[in-house]
Amino acid sequence: MKALVPILAVLLAAMPGLQAPLAGEAVSGYDYLQPDMQAMQDDLFANPGMLVVEQGEALFSTPGRNGKSCADCHGEDGARLDARRIARYPVYSEELKQAVTLHGQIQRCWKERLGNPPIGYRDEELLPLESFVRYLARGEPVNVDASGALASYYAAGRELFHRRFGQVDIACHQCHDYHAGQMFRGQVLSQGQTNGFPVYRFTEGQVTGLQERITQCLTKLRAEPFAEESPEYLDLEVYLSARSNGLRIETPAIRY
Amino acid sequence: MNKPVDSLAKRIRHYCHGLLGLAFLAPVALPADEAGNPPPYFDWQTENYEINTPLGGLTGVAERGRAIAADPLRGNCLACHQLPIPEEDFHGNLGPPLTGIASRQSTGMIRLHIVDQSRFNPETVMPGYYRPFGQLHRVAAEFRGRTYLSAQEVEDVVAYLATLK
Repeated sequence: MKALVPILAVLLAAMPGLQAPLAGEAVSGYDYLQPDMQAMQDDLFANPGMLVVEQGEALFSTPGRNGKSCADCHGEDGARLDARRIARYPVYSEELKQAVTLHGQIQRCWKERLGNPPIGYRDEELLPLESFVRYLARGEPVNVDASGALASYYAAGRELFHRRFGQVDIACHQCHDYHAGQMFRGQVLSQGQTNGFPVYRFTEGQVTGLQERITQCLTKLRAEPFAEESPEYLDLEVYLSARSNGLRIETPAIRY
Repeated sequence: MNKPVDSLAKRIRHYCHGLLGLAFLAPVALPADEAGNPPPYFDWQTENYEINTPLGGLTGVAERGRAIAADPLRGNCLACHQLPIPEEDFHGNLGPPLTGIASRQSTGMIRLHIVDQSRFNPETVMPGYYRPFGQLHRVAAEFRGRTYLSAQEVEDVVAYLATLK
């Protein structure tokens, strides 16, 4: 009987279905890419998302209306930013008494520290700045504390992730929890992890933020997306970020 | 799981088909009468996991059904199923292959699978192409008050799949 064990192990390993990640284990979208796409993400000269990161880097040292730039507080090229703190976003702000995403914090600084007019989610400065700051934490494991003050956001986001939407009438979790690794036409489905965001999407040909990505999914379900910067997106970002805990930040990741 | 993709040309088609699978950004040509109203909704009944009466008593045309199955903006069956439609690359595998489906299932059962797959599997990710639309949540305005496919389109796809013996 013991002699059979190695033979069985080889046979089991050869069955493709059994190589799929175990349920409950977080797997980066990177692991579902073909090797040449992985190589493109790893090679910062070939990674098309780096163009947006570099835009963000330039904005980082561009003075605002009051003459100050992000670099004045956070050091040249963000040298004084702590990757471990970046990896903790979204966080709960005691001052604001609410959850704050990384792009939300950038929006605050933009207005309050740089003296600029407020920028919205779709303004052209926000995505490059968010991409640049997340890029500074590349390699750092996502570490969102969804207990304590963020617990209610997490619970609400989890509920939204499991709620059916639109004419197609399916929930996010049905595809991303049950069908990761399977092919949807020419595209492999991933677990919908967020450690690579903002990501460069091949099918879009551009860098895409998380809120925009969720909007695309809802539109695909023939559902009405949530209003820009609505509480639902905040809940989902808290839940999805904590769901990616432990995965290394890959910004700018490349995805299909 | 994923076929190796070699040439650049094939590669580009590969990504384009990813986009086709996601064709949600393109406007959908929805069936409507001259006044712009959606086609009428016909009730249907199941018996032993079959719908034996064609929706609205309509007759399907297999050739049209094949086109609907391949069309990413209508049936989009290829997103998840393999079908004997060799001119299209990159058939998905979320659902089972449908080649030879008519030798495994009756026409009535094929019809119920298309109309409301959740009758077989409540956790399915397949759209119910002709489910009653009263209980859906947050449907985008342009799709409210209509089924995913019209009764005629469903019957066309049923007629096509019934030829796959």
